[in-house]
Amino acid sequence: MQTFQYTKAASIDKALGAASGAKFIAGGTTLVDLMKLSVEKPSGLVDINLLPLDKVETLPNGGLRIGAMVRNSDLAWNAEVQKNYAVLSQALLSGASPQLRNMATTGGNLLQRTRCVYFREPSAGTPGGYGCNKRTPGSGCAAMEGFNRMHAVLGTSDKCIATHPSDMCVAMAALEATIQTEGPKGKRTIAFADFHKVPGDTPHLENALEPGELVTYVDLPKPVEGAKSVYLKLRDRASYEFALASCAVVAKVEGGRIRYARVAMGGVGTKPWRSHEAEAALMGKAANAETFRHAAEAALKDAKPHGENAFKVELAKRCVVRTLKMATA
Amino acid sequence: MAASQIPQGANIIGAAVPRIDGPLKTTGTARYSLDRDFPNLAHAVAVQATIGKGRIRSLDASAAEKMPGVLAVLYHGKLKDVYRTFPRQQDGSMAETRPPFDDEKIYYWGQYVAAVVAETLEQARAAAQAIRIEYDAEAPDVRTDLGAGFEGKRESSWKRGDPDEALKAAAVVIDETYSTPVETHNPMEMHGTVAVWEGENVTLYDSSQGVVGHRTTMAEVLGVPRENVRTISRFIGSGFGGKLSPWPQATLAAAAARQVGRPVKLSVDRRMMFTGVGHRPRTQQRIRLGATADGKLTAIRHDFYTETSQLDDFVEHCGEQTPFIYSCPNLEVTTALVRRNVGTPAPMRGPGAVPGLFALESAIDELAVKLKMDPLELRYKNDAERDEGKNLPFSSRHLKECYQTGAEKIGWKDRTPAVGSMRRNGKVIGWGVAGASWAAARVPCTATFEFCTNGRVCVRCATQDIGTGTYTLFAQVAHEKTGVPLDRIDVFLGDTNLPDGPTSGGSMVTSAILPATAGAVSQATQRLLNIAAMTPESPFHGSHPDSLTVAEGRIVAKQGQPQVVGAAYHGSADVSAKGLPFEEVLRMANLSSVMGSGRNVPSFEDPKAKQYSLHSFGAHFAEVEWDAEIARLRVSRIFSIFDAGRIINKKAGANQILGAAIMGLGMSLMEETVYEPHTGQPINGSFADYLVPVCADLPDLDVTFLDYPDLIVNEYGARGIGEIGMAGVAPAIASAVYHATGVRVRELPIRIEDLLKSTVREA
Repeated sequence: MQTFQYTKAASIDKALGAASGAKFIAGGTTLVDLMKLSVEKPSGLVDINLLPLDKVETLPNGGLRIGAMVRNSDLAWNAEVQKNYAVLSQALLSGASPQLRNMATTGGNLLQRTRCVYFREPSAGTPGGYGCNKRTPGSGCAAMEGFNRMHAVLGTSDKCIATHPSDMCVAMAALEATIQTEGPKGKRTIAFADFHKVPGDTPHLENALEPGELVTYVDLPKPVEGAKSVYLKLRDRASYEFALASCAVVAKVEGGRIRYARVAMGGVGTKPWRSHEAEAALMGKAANAETFRHAAEAALKDAKPHGENAFKVELAKRCVVRTLKMATA
Repeated sequence: MAASQIPQGANIIGAAVPRIDGPLKTTGTARYSLDRDFPNLAHAVAVQATIGKGRIRSLDASAAEKMPGVLAVLYHGKLKDVYRTFPRQQDGSMAETRPPFDDEKIYYWGQYVAAVVAETLEQARAAAQAIRIEYDAEAPDVRTDLGAGFEGKRESSWKRGDPDEALKAAAVVIDETYSTPVETHNPMEMHGTVAVWEGENVTLYDSSQGVVGHRTTMAEVLGVPRENVRTISRFIGSGFGGKLSPWPQATLAAAAARQVGRPVKLSVDRRMMFTGVGHRPRTQQRIRLGATADGKLTAIRHDFYTETSQLDDFVEHCGEQTPFIYSCPNLEVTTALVRRNVGTPAPMRGPGAVPGLFALESAIDELAVKLKMDPLELRYKNDAERDEGKNLPFSSRHLKECYQTGAEKIGWKDRTPAVGSMRRNGKVIGWGVAGASWAAARVPCTATFEFCTNGRVCVRCATQDIGTGTYTLFAQVAHEKTGVPLDRIDVFLGDTNLPDGPTSGGSMVTSAILPATAGAVSQATQRLLNIAAMTPESPFHGSHPDSLTVAEGRIVAKQGQPQVVGAAYHGSADVSAKGLPFEEVLRMANLSSVMGSGRNVPSFEDPKAKQYSLHSFGAHFAEVEWDAEIARLRVSRIFSIFDAGRIINKKAGANQILGAAIMGLGMSLMEETVYEPHTGQPINGSFADYLVPVCADLPDLDVTFLDYPDLIVNEYGARGIGEIGMAGVAPAIASAVYHATGVRVRELPIRIEDLLKSTVREA
């Protein structure tokens, strides 16, 4: 039996003070799950559900500030989000189930952990268990030669090929969000692209947060005038399943030419995968199928499949092409 | 449907009757096995092997034994007085015949190696985690190619003519291999047992599809007389075949309860559902068809491998339908049983027929493509008029009409056969069809019926309702025969203290319980009428019992019969018009109740039934929508047309076919239990990773029953329909997928990586 200390924080300061050795718990949709599987064994939980971070507000620069405690369903159905950041609403609604979205939070979803079946196996990373460098650095990676159909083809290393599972993060990558945090060393702002880490030699280090640091807000920049945004998710069943490949696009077409493009992919990367290569292949080009296919090829040119997930390379390309078509139609 | 809208009297047979147990389930008041609680109840948690093959080198329970609340730690050598059952005997056996902890060998990943009994579930679980086990592990064999390393004997189960010569001579030949994966039963209610000993007697609350067999088997396993064992399974959150026989957890719970001298509850969690409680085994089936140039079948060879465990010989009879569904002079079916390091398989909805017809019906579709012939025309041309396997006439076969009805409904005449040639709303659509069949029989059943002095009637039978509507069928017969309204009918099932009834398996319950129940009602009614005629205080005193009848719950004189009013009748009611409620007559005779019993003659002992081949038939027409650019496939419509005898409850009947069609959709596109190649663990063994359809996946579903009564099976003309609805779904979808995409998938499930190979482009 794994015992832990539970405290409820009434303010951000109290939460930061209580955090030593403990984990923050918001919606709990990932953390409680992983605690049941003995993947997470925190000595303490600091409940942050009372923190005043549950609002979506317009920023003076025309952007949007999303509190870390805003529930996925509230964010998805927020009128401002639906109007100006449709890609984010669509991504949120494509994830999980209504019940989970009612609990899951913006901050929590940033920290959602991989669905790799080996990582989630209780014994992974323990002696006699499956190798998992994310659970126990140096213990190996059972997925490399195992059941890896769902695994990543971009951003992988020889230590880890686990996919980042979030839909929300893919949209935020395309929207160029920034993340506000508060920690023992004070407040700071982290660019979305710098928040999540590729595994490299340290797959157990998944993001830029320091111990005890709390995500407080996610800021979205002012909407790009005249741009359209779309999220498309391809998966094994119509709902309640993670992406095999997904794509978020923010694009603007003027006079038949692409004047603005942001492309990010999900289901294929070890982190929410922003593709500067695809964007470069689109900028200034005619908005047609040929351009889109070039962009998709560019997005996947560094893909490294591992056996069962080889199909994801072609699937992701097709997903990018279709999403670009939808965003520029 | 409001109660007032349910047809009354004899018209209730064949009507759409809501389940009488529905409100208990929707209000959470139905008590399932694991809902049972007892004073002093202890909890057991099983520990599973974490290797797929090998041996336990050491097991250290010393820390676990000292933990708070622990009553016992059980493992090899510590579980007392449990016995092996003889495999597959008529009146029941363990699904996995090896008793738990019988030796220190590991045969499959997840095998139970220890169990902890403790005061609370949490304490038991904590102690279970504290047991230290070391293994000598070997590489398990979980290869998916069932032909690999096979050195056993192939057995011929059907043969006629000379199929090999006929294949050589055939103008057109199809020779393809089809595979179906391991699929895991995942009923909503998982397995579990509560065992309560009182002296030498034990009551087992288990989720069982067959309480009678469960009782008999557990008596053997525990080494006690069967009279000392009572199995209760009042409500079941379905089983799909996985709960036909008890599994080792029932032995663990019962033996542990005996050893600690306390009631014990043991539940199987969702992850454990993928290991030691059965699955549909993997199959690999080579089909060879020979035909003339104009599409007459001349040869069928169906040679298949089916996987089983190291412990038991479970055979998935893939070729059961092959000998009789088509007319063909030359045929052979052979079986090869292949051992792997997996748990023992179990029947799963439509065992044999479901994987078998995926192979055969897919091959027929491939033959139609090769012949450039409409797949329905090919089936009509080879329709069997009699069962050429058994050389018997069919009791009732309307397969051709199933096809014709479905063709009408989907608009088959507008189908263009070329791949990718049909378009709608910017999507490619594909249509496919396949046939289905399942055996019918009348198995033994006893039931009792009782008129009670409180104005209620009771039906009793030790069969069980696994969620299909069996409770309601009993009530329908009781109402049909007596007119007593449904809310005054009590049906008692799922308890071995009741008269022996059939296992809920093989779609054999409905056909068995109807005649037995009708017989019980008939006998009780006869006795009631005799009492009415013989009791001095009865207004019917002096009547001939044959002049009386029971209608609308009242004893009345039959039409045209003289109304005799007994001299001693002091009641004021005018009995001449409407008779008297039966309970009043019982009171006059000072009887608490009058009971009758019924029993049916099984069809295998019925000289008339033995002269026929008894089967149900059906067809599915599937439509898929194909978005070629993103390889997105959706099944958009399924029409299911079934010739399954007379349908007694249209609502429960349609529900069976709808559920089976959805399960078939899951089989076609999603379900596969994947064994980790190095450890043998079912690595996707959770609902997060083992996909089944969700509501958003569901197509428009349309069910039609031809409703021809099969009076050879029973006087109601009814056959069971639990299994057949799943047969034929996968080949219909696979054929529709081929029609839309040009990709012929011969290994289920059909996945997006298969579809990416399509060369069909945007609509």
